[in-house]
Amino acid sequence: MELLGQQVLAGIATGAIYACMALAVVMIYQAIDHLNFAQGEMAMFSTFIAYQLMLWGFPYGIAFLLTIVISFAGGVFIDRVIFKPIHDAPILSHVVVFIALLAILNSAAGFIWDFTVKSFPSPFGSSPLFGSSLISAHQAGMVCVTLLLLLFLFFFFRYTRIGLSMRAAAANPASARLVGVRVGWMNALGWGMAAAIGAIAGILIAPVVFLEPNMMISILLYGFAGAVLGGLTSPAGAVIGGFTVGVVENLAGTFIPVVGGELKLPIALMLIVAVLVFKPSGLMGRTVVQRV
Amino acid sequence: MAETTLAPTAGEAVATAEMPRSLRRGGRIALISGIVFLVVAISIPLFFRNFVVFQFTQMLVYAIAILGLNLLTGINGQFSLGHSAFYALGAYTAAILMDQYSVNYIWTLPAAGVVCFIAGFLFGLPALRLEGIYLALATFALAIATPQILKLSPLEHWTGGVQGIVIVKPDPPSWLPLNQDQWLYYFTLAVALILYILARNLVKSRTGRALMAIRDNPIAARSMGINLSLYKSLAFGTSALYTGIAGALGAIIVQFVAPDSFTLVLSIAFLVGLVVGGVGWLPGAIFGGAFVLFVPNIAEGVSKGLSGAVYGVILILLIYLMPTGAAGFVRAVLSRFKA
Amino acid sequence: MSTLLEVKGLVAGYGGIPALHGVDFSLQEGGVTTLLGANGAGKTTTLRALCGMIRARGEASFAGKRLIGMQTEDIVRLGIAHVPEGRGTFTRLTVEENLQLGAMTRRNGPDIKQDFERVYDHFPRLRQRRMQQAGTLSGGEQQMLAIGRALMLRPRLMLLDEPSFGLAPLVVREMFDILGGLNRNEKVSMLLVEQNASLALSLADTAYLLETGRLVTSGPAAQIREDEGVRRSYLGY
Repeated sequence: MELLGQQVLAGIATGAIYACMALAVVMIYQAIDHLNFAQGEMAMFSTFIAYQLMLWGFPYGIAFLLTIVISFAGGVFIDRVIFKPIHDAPILSHVVVFIALLAILNSAAGFIWDFTVKSFPSPFGSSPLFGSSLISAHQAGMVCVTLLLLLFLFFFFRYTRIGLSMRAAAANPASARLVGVRVGWMNALGWGMAAAIGAIAGILIAPVVFLEPNMMISILLYGFAGAVLGGLTSPAGAVIGGFTVGVVENLAGTFIPVVGGELKLPIALMLIVAVLVFKPSGLMGRTVVQRV
Repeated sequence: MAETTLAPTAGEAVATAEMPRSLRRGGRIALISGIVFLVVAISIPLFFRNFVVFQFTQMLVYAIAILGLNLLTGINGQFSLGHSAFYALGAYTAAILMDQYSVNYIWTLPAAGVVCFIAGFLFGLPALRLEGIYLALATFALAIATPQILKLSPLEHWTGGVQGIVIVKPDPPSWLPLNQDQWLYYFTLAVALILYILARNLVKSRTGRALMAIRDNPIAARSMGINLSLYKSLAFGTSALYTGIAGALGAIIVQFVAPDSFTLVLSIAFLVGLVVGGVGWLPGAIFGGAFVLFVPNIAEGVSKGLSGAVYGVILILLIYLMPTGAAGFVRAVLSRFKA
Repeated sequence: MSTLLEVKGLVAGYGGIPALHGVDFSLQEGGVTTLLGANGAGKTTTLRALCGMIRARGEASFAGKRLIGMQTEDIVRLGIAHVPEGRGTFTRLTVEENLQLGAMTRRNGPDIKQDFERVYDHFPRLRQRRMQQAGTLSGGEQQMLAIGRALMLRPRLMLLDEPSFGLAPLVVREMFDILGGLNRNEKVSMLLVEQNASLALSLADTAYLLETGRLVTSGPAAQIREDEGVRRSYLGY
């Protein structure tokens, strides 16, 4: 029983990572109405930028803020420049451009900073929280930042004019134009925000998984899984989904004998898919009523 | 009633059928290009040395796999990131049959096909309830799970574990003056042509139209009496069959199967090949296969350290130029001819 | 009475296929003009061209401003509210959010609040369902919502694309009564596209008849209504 409790807590701790990523995924989904497959690589690249800034002597706080601004701009750039020419192309063509972006970012990061693993500082320190062995200060910090971010996004989308405009632009661009919403800029804003959130996620995650170009690949997956589990329409769902994935993954790894370190991911995904088969709109998603 | 003409709205008139009239009417052009293709394809081994022939054979193998994916995604509208799993299943089926049961390589193809058809059909059943992103995630999980499953210790007796299985390269029939690579090339070409013709006939048949109806408007399809579950699962099975046969061929020509050859990267490559060739356009598979095989090599030639970035840039530029793949390009060229 | 909207030689189409071959019409301030015709006549195309939703050629001026070439988002800011074909409801958002979006280009908080009340007074059923997801509303209610959303702009001109489509006759009657009231009391000018000619002619003061992208005849609504020849040939009754 104690083992169960320990594993659940450990799962929540790792889940914070996935929750952060899931948040970025849902964020951009709310803004642009499809999944950003390059989210992980963008976050990774942003983290490297922060790393470089600190190498150049900037203190952590300044590097953090600068990285967020640069990432925001990068996100806007990717939307306005790279995705503009294929604006009207079918979804699969978009997916392929995402894949290309992924390849470019991964390769460029490896080229500039090489593939050796680097350590990345944490603003919370790495000592255990209040001396407890269950969760470190940094992991607790991650959970807090994730929740704060979530709160911010919740208020932003629910209670601000821009938030509403963004949701409208994503849900129905033609109608949004008819009420005067500048859909193009709303999309760009969504991308910028997602890039910024991804940067925050990456900067938080790097101290735990260590910085290297491939660090985000499995995390993005878990992030997707968490977002989908939570229902893709709900930032809160994404966060809960992310935590759930962390717990499930940990429990599966501990209690199912066949599952070695490497089968954790597919098992976790399969379990999530099983949930979706029974509840297609996710745990917290609102069922979209479609009138035929 | 009034004499008003019930002319279709202009919007409807422009609605593109998936086999655009320009491509269908281009029947004669299709025939000519088919003949040209055949002539070129048959002459390849005569002009190139063995290694290049081997590469072209691999290209054909990928084309078959992409053809399979096209049947599922392009024709039936179900998205799959997991086809590397079926490719692997076909490959391992062939390898195990040849290595442990001394089955002649030719028979491994239908065996791989049957095994993969069943696997695909079984996977398609629960996948029925999943749409778009959810299906993508499920197939994604399948792709990631595959190398891990292949490495599992309980299965090592069959799969050879991490080391995989080595196969003996088959010999050409004695009455043909060809070497091994050349023979395998022609063999693969023949299989590819047969499979292509079968696929084309499938798409043109009532079944094919039902599959496309499901893709375009599932609710309407169902209300017309099309059994969604059956057709969608069959589509999955058939698609898996094609990709499985490709996997078997791949194993034979490479003479080797190992878990890490069948990762998510392969699934992504198939997807890229599908889009580059043109979603829903069967002949596009050959363009897709060519792209997937040759462009990464070209990218590495340009810059070893930045090969991924170069590949990405080439891919993006290609999509800019041809957003709907080679299909769109051919369509544009043909409509120039008509105009 | 000044001319609010003046259109000359409007040409527009879809992907290279023209649907309008040069159409002229005008709308007076405070008036209701209706565009009639069968399917494919080009009525919806006209509205889309005026709103910048499709590419068009020709001349269209609204209170002196050139509409052709303007972005939809800017045309809206001139005070033109388009209630599109199929309602264009934001199905995943609530009724209240839909209305809020209608006022997105306006700044004055108290005025907007007032307009909310006015819209809810016109359409009490919307007030009942204000926190409901818009997609769960019936067809008639969604049409009311679409009109309400347009009203939130405090438009000078409302473009209505087949508001009666798919609705029961009683609901349609109610809606047209409300539209009539809006035009008379709040001085909202309207350009109405309709297939239900008799209803449209009862509301409008001027009518234009389109057939396959060309203007066939025009005149005061009362005149068109009385003209049996026109009615039988083009309007089906």
